[in-house]
Amino acid sequence: MSVKLPIYMDNAATTPVDPRVLETMLPYFTEKFGNAASRSHSFGWVGEEAVEYAREQLAKLIGASSDKEIVFTSGATESDNLAIKGVANFYRSKGNHIITCKTEHKAVLDPCKRLEKEGYEVTYLQPDAQGRVTPEQVRSAITDKTILVTLMLANNEVGTVHPIGEIGKVTREKGVLLHCDAVQGVGKIEFDVEQMNVDLASISAHKMYGPKGVGALYVRRSKPRVRIVSELDGGGHERGMRSGTLNVPGIVGFGKAAEIALREWRADAARVYALRERLRKKLFDALESVHLNGADDPQRLPGNLNVSFSFVEGEAMMMAIKDVAVSSGSACTSASLEPSYVLRALGVDEELAHSSIRFGLGKFNTDEEVDYVADLVIRNVERLREMSPLYEMHREGIDLKSIQWTAH
Amino acid sequence: MSYSDKVIEHYEQPRNVGTLDKEDPNVGTGLVGAPACGDVMRLQIRVNPDTNVVEEAKFKTFGCGSAIASSSLVTEWVKGKTIDEALTLKNSQIVEELNLPPVKIHCSVLAEDAIKSAIADFRKKQQSRSAHSSPTAQSVQPEAE
Repeated sequence: MSVKLPIYMDNAATTPVDPRVLETMLPYFTEKFGNAASRSHSFGWVGEEAVEYAREQLAKLIGASSDKEIVFTSGATESDNLAIKGVANFYRSKGNHIITCKTEHKAVLDPCKRLEKEGYEVTYLQPDAQGRVTPEQVRSAITDKTILVTLMLANNEVGTVHPIGEIGKVTREKGVLLHCDAVQGVGKIEFDVEQMNVDLASISAHKMYGPKGVGALYVRRSKPRVRIVSELDGGGHERGMRSGTLNVPGIVGFGKAAEIALREWRADAARVYALRERLRKKLFDALESVHLNGADDPQRLPGNLNVSFSFVEGEAMMMAIKDVAVSSGSACTSASLEPSYVLRALGVDEELAHSSIRFGLGKFNTDEEVDYVADLVIRNVERLREMSPLYEMHREGIDLKSIQWTAH
Repeated sequence: MSYSDKVIEHYEQPRNVGTLDKEDPNVGTGLVGAPACGDVMRLQIRVNPDTNVVEEAKFKTFGCGSAIASSSLVTEWVKGKTIDEALTLKNSQIVEELNLPPVKIHCSVLAEDAIKSAIADFRKKQQSRSAHSSPTAQSVQPEAE
C-alpha cells in the first residue's frame, strides 16, 4: 500500500483542522459575520450566541463549573502571558514569588523572566531525568511570598506528563494559585480543573484539531475567585480580562473542536498510542543505540515519541527523511546553535540532544504511514551511521568520552 | 532551514566516504569538532611521500547536511593537489561553492581545520619516520589543539 507524501508527524507543533470543525466555522466568515459585541442587531446576537455555545463546550471539556470561567484569547502564548503577568500584577501586595519548572514552554519562562526584571522572584524547579517535578518539590519551594505556581500539564518536546492533580492538592492546601499550561494535554489525556484544583489554565485550539489564532484562559471564579490584571486596554470584552473584538469564526471552530474532543478523545488517544508504540517498537527492534527521551507510560503523552539515534546528528536525519515532517532538539534547527534546553534540563548528553528527533503522532496518521516512516528512518540511520566517525569508533570499542575533543 | 542544491547534492551523493589505514605512514588523519557541539569531522589523506601529492582522500562526518557537504567537497578539492596547495584552501571558498548561510559557516571552518589537521598529522609521521627510520604508529587520539 502506498502512502501520500509528505507525511505529517509533527502534531505537537500544530494539528490539521478537523473537517467537521472547518464546516462549522465557514458560515461565520460570510453570512454570520457579526461582531459578537454588537448588542443592537441580529448579526451581533448570532455571533454572541455562537461564542457562548463555544464557551460552554470548552468549559465542559476541562471540567469548569461555569462557562463564565473561559476567557478567549489569540492563543496559548497570550493565555500564558495573561495568566502569569495578570496574577503577578494583581497579587503584588500579597507576595512576589512564582514557582515554575526549567522545562516549561518559552511562553511561560519568558514572562517569568520579565517579571524577575521587575522585582519578582522566580524559582525554576529542576525536573528529574524523565522530566517530572514532584508535589514535594513544589511544597518545599513555597514560601510565604509565593503567589503562583505555573506548571505545564504535558511537555511539548518530550511529552512528559506532570502530576498536576497531586500538585494541585499542595497549592490548594497552601493557598497558592496554580496555573497550568495545558496546551499539549487537553483532548489527549485526563484534565479536569475541578478535580485537579487548577485555578488558571491555558488552552490552544490548533493543538486539538481546531484553527490557529485562537486560545483560551480558564480563570476560576469561586473557591478561590481568581483576579487578574488585563494586558490589553480597550472595550472591556471577556469581562474586562481581554479587550478586543472576538474572533468569532475561530472561537466557533475552537468550540467544535472541544465538542469533538470531549466525545472522542479516549478513542483517539488509544489509537494514537497504538500508532506511537508501533513506531517505537519498529525503531527499537531494528536499531541499536536508540534512546527514549522523556518519561515512560503512563507519564507520557500518547502521541509523543522523542528519541535520540546515537552517532547521527538530528538535522542530517531530518534532511534524510525530508518527506516526513518531524522536529529535532538539535542545535542546528535553531538559530542559537544550542541544543534543546528541555533535553539539557533532563540531563540528556549533549551529543544525544543533537541526535534527537521528535515524532508527534496524531489522530489522522495511519499504520501505513508509521510503517513507511519506520522503514525510511531505519534505512537512513544506517546510512548516516556508515558516514559517522563516531559510529566507527563505537564499533571499534573506543569510549567516545575518553577522547579529548576540540571544542569549537 | 533550506539548503542550496549543491549541499543537497553532496549530502545525497557524498564523495569519498570511508576510512584509510591510520597506521599507514603515508596517511594523515584529522579529527576535529566535538560530539557535544553536534559536529565531528574525520578527514584522511593518503600522500605520495615522493611528490607530496594527495592521492586519496576519505571522510566520515557526524553533523548536519552542511557539515557532510563541506567535508565531501573538501575531499574532492584536495585530491591531486600537493599538500602545500591543499593548505591554501580557505573556508570562504567552501562557503561560496556550497552557498552556505551565515549560521552554517562554522561547518566550512571545521572542514578547513580538518584538512590542516590531516596534513599536520602526515607531516608529523614523516618527520618521526625520518628521525627513527621506522614507521611510528599514531594513536587514535585526535589532535588536541
